Amino acid sequence: MTRAVDIQGLHKSFGDLEVLKGIDLAVDSHEVICLIGASGSGKSTLLRCINLLEPIDAGSITIAGEEITRRGVNVDDTRRKIGIVFQAFNLFPHMTVLHNVTLAPHEVLKASKRDAERDSTALLERFGLSDKASDYPDRLSGGQQQRVAIVRALAMRPEILLLDEVTSALDPVLVAEVLDQIRELAEQGMTMIIATHEMGFARDVANRVCFLHEGQILEEGSPEQIFSEPEQEETRLFLDRIIAAGRM
Amino acid sequence: MASGSGPSPNVYFPPGGDSDPRLPPGSDSRWPKILGGGDSSARNVWIAVGSTVIFFGLIAVIVVRSPGWPEIKDSFFNGAEFRSSFPVILEKFVRNIFIFCVAEVLVLILALIIAVLRSLPGPVFTPLRIMAAAYTDLFRGVPTILVILLLGFGMPALDLQGIPDNDYVWAIMALTLVYSAYVAEVYRAGIQSVHPSQVAAARSLGLSRWQSMRHVVLPQAVRRVIPPLLNDFIGLQKDSALVYVLGVVEALNKATIIQQGDFNFTPLVALSLIFIAITIPQARFVDWLIARDQRKRQSSAAV
Repeated sequence: MTRAVDIQGLHKSFGDLEVLKGIDLAVDSHEVICLIGASGSGKSTLLRCINLLEPIDAGSITIAGEEITRRGVNVDDTRRKIGIVFQAFNLFPHMTVLHNVTLAPHEVLKASKRDAERDSTALLERFGLSDKASDYPDRLSGGQQQRVAIVRALAMRPEILLLDEVTSALDPVLVAEVLDQIRELAEQGMTMIIATHEMGFARDVANRVCFLHEGQILEEGSPEQIFSEPEQEETRLFLDRIIAAGRM
Repeated sequence: MASGSGPSPNVYFPPGGDSDPRLPPGSDSRWPKILGGGDSSARNVWIAVGSTVIFFGLIAVIVVRSPGWPEIKDSFFNGAEFRSSFPVILEKFVRNIFIFCVAEVLVLILALIIAVLRSLPGPVFTPLRIMAAAYTDLFRGVPTILVILLLGFGMPALDLQGIPDNDYVWAIMALTLVYSAYVAEVYRAGIQSVHPSQVAAARSLGLSRWQSMRHVVLPQAVRRVIPPLLNDFIGLQKDSALVYVLGVVEALNKATIIQQGDFNFTPLVALSLIFIAITIPQARFVDWLIARDQRKRQSSAAV
């Protein structure tokens, strides 16, 4: 069976700083992977590499059987299959919520304006955002903006969704609504790779948890195994710090 | 700029300037600042009004009672001369309007092309970037009046086939070339002010480089550069008077002809008033545009 994502020997440096030092990661369809680890451990860079937002130095990334890191790959075609949601939402401030969602289906998938609007309106409604369709992003709360950003990514019907610390920029009271939306997607079988600091959420939603440390996947396993009986000393230290910080 | 006007083109004016865009129109926060020195209590406003009236009243009295005033008044502010010359100059001013309107449209297009060329990423586009940079360096460095003379007298003198022999064509082309260099820099500042994460978001959705530029970067960039853009356009409108050196009988040329015939400078003052009268409403219009855009995007109830 072809994997949804298959990453082998991925290396990435920024100048002299080697951020990813040989990542191997395989993800099955409908699997939810949570990446945990300290800031700077390479979680965001890994996600940006999978989305081809960062060129890689060595290794390969294969999506649904097709290697996307070889020369001559159509970058735009590849990206539309891979949705990514950022920590800072990155909604387009000069467009209404609906326009934010319809832009890519209309421009990239060449859906007619009417079809794009119909589908996008349905998506917004499904996630309880239909009353915000004609608002500009500045008028929304952070939680609502992030939910719109997720809907915007979903509108491209991606095969995989990458979530890059999507709740880190949010007020604690707004985190829950975003996590609920992601849970719902997990239940519906969306393949996701989620970089997160929300350990409770990771334990709850992930099929597998990967602990990143200094650019390598130091340990991976089921949430129970990672959170209850981590094998690596580094994993234990990290989880201790998280517990001390009251995040779990 | 030959007229010495206009800002440094790289200056980025944050939308809204110093007036609060969330206030309803009319309640421009600048006025209380000027009138009451920041504190708008009733007593302070009265003190401000009183001191202003006394101050400018004194200046007026001093000016009017000074020994040379009657001569100055007769030479610069002659009522009869004003009434007879104003309509004639205004009629020729239509030609200035034609020149700068056509030039402005061309500038908007040419400058955008140059700015986009200069913002192209990647090593392949190096020659285009160099060309765009050289263009801006060249035409920002040469005085406008020189470009007008070079094109307006130089090109027709070549007597080549297909080269138009029309002063308006060359005047408009010269102004377009010079002001495109300034406006391209304004556009470029706007393009660079759009955060890279916006491009990342657009590209991650599968939009191409050009689609990201067109739908995400440029709309935000253009909105941000409207105030500095208008500054350059006001400069361009004033510099439309420079084309008189080609012998085009536009407003300045007409005013000079009357001034030399009547030995009176009032026609030049009249033309100055016309220029002032067209620039001030434009500045207010841009303030209004910015305020409207901000209101649309951001209510005071925003979280």
